[in-house]
Amino acid sequence: MASATLHSPASAAELAAALAEAGTSVRVRGAGTKLAWAGDAAPGLELSTERLDRVIEHNAGDLTAVLEAGVPLARAQELFAEAGQMLALDPPDRGGATIGGLVATADSGPLRTRYGGVRDLVVGMRVALADGTVAKSGGKVIKNVAGYDLAKLFAGSFGRLGAILEISVRLHPLPPATATAAGRSNDPQRLGRGALALSHARLEQLGLDVHWEDGAGAILSRFGGAAARPQAEEAERLLRDAGLETELVDDDEEVWRAQREAQRSASGLVVKVSALQTELPELLDAAERHGATLVGRASLGLHWLRLDDGDPEPLLAQLRERWTAAVLDRPAGFEAEPRGQADSGARELERRVKERFDPEGRLV
Amino acid sequence: MGAGSAWGERPPPRTEAEAERESLDLGPLVQELRGAVGAEHVVTHEHQLRTYESDGLLQYAVTPGCVVLPRSAAEVQAVVRACHRAGVPFVARGAGSGLSGGALPVEDGVLISLSRMRSIVEVDLDNQRVVVEPGVTNIAVSQAVAPDHFYPPDPSSQIVCTIGGNVAENSGGAHCFKYGFTTNYVTGLELVLPDGELVQLGGKQLDAPGLDLLGAFVGSEGTLGVATKIWLRIVPKPETVRTLVAFFGSPVQAGEVVSEIVSAGIVPGAIEMMDNLSIRAAEGYTGAGFPTGAGAALVVELDGSEAECETRFEEVVAICERAGADSIRVAEDEAERELIWQARKAAFAAMGRIAPNYYVQDSVIPRTRLAEVLGRIDELGREYDLKVANVFHAGDGNLHPLVCYDGSNPGEAERAEECAGMIVKACVDAGGSITGEHGVGVDKKRYMPDMFSDADLGAFQRLRCAFDPEQRSNPGKVMPTPRLCGEVPGPYRRHPLEQAGLAERF
Repeated sequence: MASATLHSPASAAELAAALAEAGTSVRVRGAGTKLAWAGDAAPGLELSTERLDRVIEHNAGDLTAVLEAGVPLARAQELFAEAGQMLALDPPDRGGATIGGLVATADSGPLRTRYGGVRDLVVGMRVALADGTVAKSGGKVIKNVAGYDLAKLFAGSFGRLGAILEISVRLHPLPPATATAAGRSNDPQRLGRGALALSHARLEQLGLDVHWEDGAGAILSRFGGAAARPQAEEAERLLRDAGLETELVDDDEEVWRAQREAQRSASGLVVKVSALQTELPELLDAAERHGATLVGRASLGLHWLRLDDGDPEPLLAQLRERWTAAVLDRPAGFEAEPRGQADSGARELERRVKERFDPEGRLV
Repeated sequence: MGAGSAWGERPPPRTEAEAERESLDLGPLVQELRGAVGAEHVVTHEHQLRTYESDGLLQYAVTPGCVVLPRSAAEVQAVVRACHRAGVPFVARGAGSGLSGGALPVEDGVLISLSRMRSIVEVDLDNQRVVVEPGVTNIAVSQAVAPDHFYPPDPSSQIVCTIGGNVAENSGGAHCFKYGFTTNYVTGLELVLPDGELVQLGGKQLDAPGLDLLGAFVGSEGTLGVATKIWLRIVPKPETVRTLVAFFGSPVQAGEVVSEIVSAGIVPGAIEMMDNLSIRAAEGYTGAGFPTGAGAALVVELDGSEAECETRFEEVVAICERAGADSIRVAEDEAERELIWQARKAAFAAMGRIAPNYYVQDSVIPRTRLAEVLGRIDELGREYDLKVANVFHAGDGNLHPLVCYDGSNPGEAERAEECAGMIVKACVDAGGSITGEHGVGVDKKRYMPDMFSDADLGAFQRLRCAFDPEQRSNPGKVMPTPRLCGEVPGPYRRHPLEQAGLAERF
């Protein structure tokens, strides 16, 4: 990648000014743990949010917080945990990932099943537009319909509409205890049945994941709360009825850490597929055929297929015949359109939005 | 619901000549609209147009130039295209039950009523999706997926309000503290843009590629286009529901109980509060057996798995007892639960027993500021010599202060409006919002500068202009003062990488 000048402004105001004054293309970055996801853009200037690392507010009684974009997610979580709270976002973290980078890429982890994604937990945002204008939308209360919801527009925008400076989030109580029911099988159809049974069960799951690797798979159903174990037992029964080999895992942190980690590859390909609940067996077949691993959120239909070695092209091509598939991590030198196709009208609308927010097209 | 006294922006009745002149102005367009949707679905008679002059907020009334009732997306598209060509503004309307004047017509504009587009297009229970036309009512979605699933956003008007209107307003409801708002359940939209183009954003699947335009559209109050098809996520019904109502000496005391419940890590399905004035009004109306001397009633509902609910419900009862509740009534069956909810939901309608008119606000505060803000509301009530009743969604700090007045007393309506405005300011000063679920519409746009700077409003305008550069879709709503879009400054320049086909923009 061509070397860009890297600048780390000391404050939000400085970052906004630097953006306005940059006479070249700009990329805003956090810790840089997901830089390749946006594609191969080679900006003239990189603006880092690393020094914007203040926790501006943690309103424990209101279950809200306001964070500067450069705050490492892990550090924020430690602070919230002291009050028995969490920001219910648990994406894979290679170390130092910032809240700003997480919001800009809209990454997510297993907790999305219960609490929603970045778009559902961000309640307000302050941004710097390409011309240096600093503007906010939303607020710091969890219910608010005043004005346009620009925070949703900026979440997952990869910084192409402006620089995210500050983020207001909704927090949740940390579950007092967790327990997980696991159901294993090497038959994609049975796993599909188990996943559907749990997606439709009258149980409140903290997570409902699927895992597939080397011809063997599992459905993982996690509960948190005052009565986590009896609920996990009920889930275990449903998985058994679907023909899976089951077990109960009380000490389940490791199981879920592995689910998160499997969403990243150090040197291979990771493709995120948007599918439907009922399509799980076909996705598992595709993963098996190409020697890929799969982790996913069964009830949401979101799956991450990972191929550490080998030619990524056939897997990607097969997935894109059927589904929307975004390329996240990729092997060096592998070129692919990162996002997959959208409705042509939606694309034109996106172009118009980009043009209004960044008329000179400087944010890449 | 806003009361029916005639004040505010209601124009004087127009003369026949005026009406005639206007219909002449719109003449060629009306002809085109008749061709698009059928003559019987274009309303032009003055007395019929009057039916559409207000939404649920009766303080505002404007007679539209004409009303069209399309039956399909293609017809909506034809109507919007015709408006675009003629340079005539349009306003889309669902059930007209909104409380912010969001569906107030534009004089000489076209009102597009979506009430004929009420087909449930698809129910896909296996994938937990429902696809509907915009005129389908909120309750009809839950009915279509019963008994195993439900659609969580449940505004009090759910029997009449439409999904199209819910999308425009990002509607909430009593259960949104736990379950979220409309925006958390919309996975796809088919839209007619203000220039008549038809686009699809998202669909059954989550996370469509590119910008989250879906998130930007939901809650945009009809200013970015007209939704003609909506994909919704539905969820399994909870295994069980437990409901209680506890009575306290004051709202502040009940507010402390809310904080304790939430900090214990309990997330109730709903947690609602009524003050003494609301209790008295509701009791007179429903006879639910609420003690009329109580300072506050707190309705707490837990839902979820039986094991979890049982444990947590005992905790809630214990918290209420420790906080010195005067009495606690646990709903023993579904009928009793219904009765408790009737009392809560009737609070607005029952206000007629306290005063002939009222002005309702929809402000939000950080929950921890409740005592301070309620104190300020009390002060304002005394200062303006008006009764203010309080009903609120206590979990998320969404207050509905009802400023009571008698519109037949000269000047009282204006005083009530001013008092309500001061309440909004007090909530914004406490770090809150001017509206939690009713929307800005015409009614609250004057408060927007209390919450947003000129630069913030400028950023909103950029989004508006990307969708609707001529600002013909529901003009005069949301933004406090009209702003022009103008041309995009400078030519759009393609990045060299993009030209080479290596990168793309949105």
